[in-house]
Amino acid sequence: MIDWFHPSIYYIFGSVLIPFLRGRVQRAYLMLIPILGVATVFSMSPGTYWHYNFLGVHLTFGAVDKLSIVFAYVFSIMSFIGIVYALHVDDSGQHVSAFLYVGGSLGVTFAGDYFTLFVFWEVMAFASVYLVFARREEASIKAGYRYILVHTFGGVCLLGGIILHYLATKSIVVGPLAHDGSLAFYLILVGVILNAAVPPLHAWLTDAYPQGTVTGSVFMSAFTTKTAVYVLVRVFPGTELLIWMGTIMALYGVVYAVLENDSRRLLAYHIISQVGYMVAGVGIGTELSLNGSVSHAFAHILYKGLLFMGAGAVIHVTGKSKLTELGGLYRTMPITLVLYMIGGFAISAFPLFSGFVSKSMVIAGASHDHLPVVALLLTMASAGTFLHTGLKLPYYMFFGKDSGIVAKEPPLNMLLAMGMAAFLCIGIGCFPGPLYRLLPYPVHFVPYTAEHVTSTLGILMFTGLGFFMLLRKLDPEPTISIDTDWVYRKGSRVVMWLARKPIAVSDGYVGELYNTFFTKYTLSVSNFFARVVDVRAIDGIVNGVAEFFISLAGTLRLSASGLVRNYAVTMLVGGVAIVGYYLLTFLMRL
Amino acid sequence: MIKRIVLYIGNPANAKTLKRFGYLALVLVFLSDFFVPRQHAVYIWDKIPGFGAVYGFVSCVLIIVVSKFLGHQCGIMRDEDYYDD
Repeated sequence: MIDWFHPSIYYIFGSVLIPFLRGRVQRAYLMLIPILGVATVFSMSPGTYWHYNFLGVHLTFGAVDKLSIVFAYVFSIMSFIGIVYALHVDDSGQHVSAFLYVGGSLGVTFAGDYFTLFVFWEVMAFASVYLVFARREEASIKAGYRYILVHTFGGVCLLGGIILHYLATKSIVVGPLAHDGSLAFYLILVGVILNAAVPPLHAWLTDAYPQGTVTGSVFMSAFTTKTAVYVLVRVFPGTELLIWMGTIMALYGVVYAVLENDSRRLLAYHIISQVGYMVAGVGIGTELSLNGSVSHAFAHILYKGLLFMGAGAVIHVTGKSKLTELGGLYRTMPITLVLYMIGGFAISAFPLFSGFVSKSMVIAGASHDHLPVVALLLTMASAGTFLHTGLKLPYYMFFGKDSGIVAKEPPLNMLLAMGMAAFLCIGIGCFPGPLYRLLPYPVHFVPYTAEHVTSTLGILMFTGLGFFMLLRKLDPEPTISIDTDWVYRKGSRVVMWLARKPIAVSDGYVGELYNTFFTKYTLSVSNFFARVVDVRAIDGIVNGVAEFFISLAGTLRLSASGLVRNYAVTMLVGGVAIVGYYLLTFLMRL
Repeated sequence: MIKRIVLYIGNPANAKTLKRFGYLALVLVFLSDFFVPRQHAVYIWDKIPGFGAVYGFVSCVLIIVVSKFLGHQCGIMRDEDYYDD
């Protein structure tokens, strides 16, 4: 009897068969894998399973506790929703990479040691990049390369930190790291917060996610950052630095979302903003705030997936992603609009939607830990969230000026996937009990108090008032925003300029020096060699040898006259000489 | 059903009615904050009725103005072909 089975096995090894199946069989198979994954996760109980000794290192593939189970729940559920959304896609490569990506994510979740964690971490990065490449546009391919290069950098930091940690402690068990300020601590932290998209290491996210395929970006929005949040909760609880990083993140994403014109990039900036709450919650590190981070990650995966699905549906139907080119779609895509709005209300933390029961936990965590500024700033960011995701994006996409685009509702499977996510967003919001019971620490938090409901509604409704008052100021502009990816997108040009200007100039200068001094003396020395040694000695020797052979040849030519009598005389003389020689030696011996 | 509601909201002819409902909702939300018990208050502002509404409005305006200032005056917003060459 198997007491535990690793769900990644289904995703990773199950994906091998996908390219060999076609049509309905493939679609059924695509849904079967996440169903098996969900069933496995739902029937799991805490414990540690699947130990192996590999080259003297103790590897654990199945470290299962409440924290890993709650993340595995939402990862497996989201994989099912994501694949239903992608059922119409006839590109096996995308399905395979999506499943490898989910498998990597679950592998990280259950990894009991840092080496296993690292391997699955890299599986995620390399599987997910195909979801960007698969769009097969030049901009996507370039963004994909930037994505994988940045993740490789993060992976190297993580691995370096893991090795230093192992050398220092002789332990690779995944657990809270000592806040000793060692290089290992900071390297692992950098590797993880890069994946959590903490500024200034966040630009890969807003660069790549809008370039992914419509269905691929739904997966991407769910897994990479939230797996990093899981690792943060596991390894870095109570790291004070993270409180401020998270708070800045939450506002950073909001500011850029005001400026953004591309629908999915706007949502990507809101991933950064939302993950900011989770990072801040990890930094605060109390049971309440860690519960808040985990539940917010759970809720976030579902509503952000829903929002990406909504924006993706519009791109799928219209082929356009810029708000300046969209508008007036409410007539032709009302169901998409309503489902999108459910995600919008959930992310904005409206009462009865999932964000309300999770986001408020993080803010309460900040309040109870005597961090009033953090609590106020996070509340401000949540006003910004509603402003963009709940008002600006849907207003300019579905209402606003009519773009005249002829649209229709997306395929049924897309609507169904969105419907499932929307159902869960409302379900969690109305009945938070089951989610709260999954959380790693016991929950004493009550979200639905009268004051909490009225003050939240006040914040949100008056944000709405501000939006409509400043509507003209918010009109999207056809621009892009410079972010920290400038460093490696334009920064490479600085390197090229350095190569072209100062380095080329100094190279020329050195060349000039070389010409003036070195070449001159070399030339005069070689001149000496040419005139004296070469002509007199070497030429003399070579010519002498040649002349000798010429005269020898002349002599030989005289003897080779071709007359038989001359040869006969020569042979006779030779014969006489030989006989004479032997005769002479014979006589001498006597 | 959903379609009819969406079409009703989107129709410019109904904008005035919707606006009235909007204002009514704002007033109701603002007033309701005065009548709730506040035993969970941690900070001073948690005790002020209507603070959420004011803070939400101020946040919204601040976010828009500051972001647009950063975008336009500090050179964050660039032409779409900024990175192509």
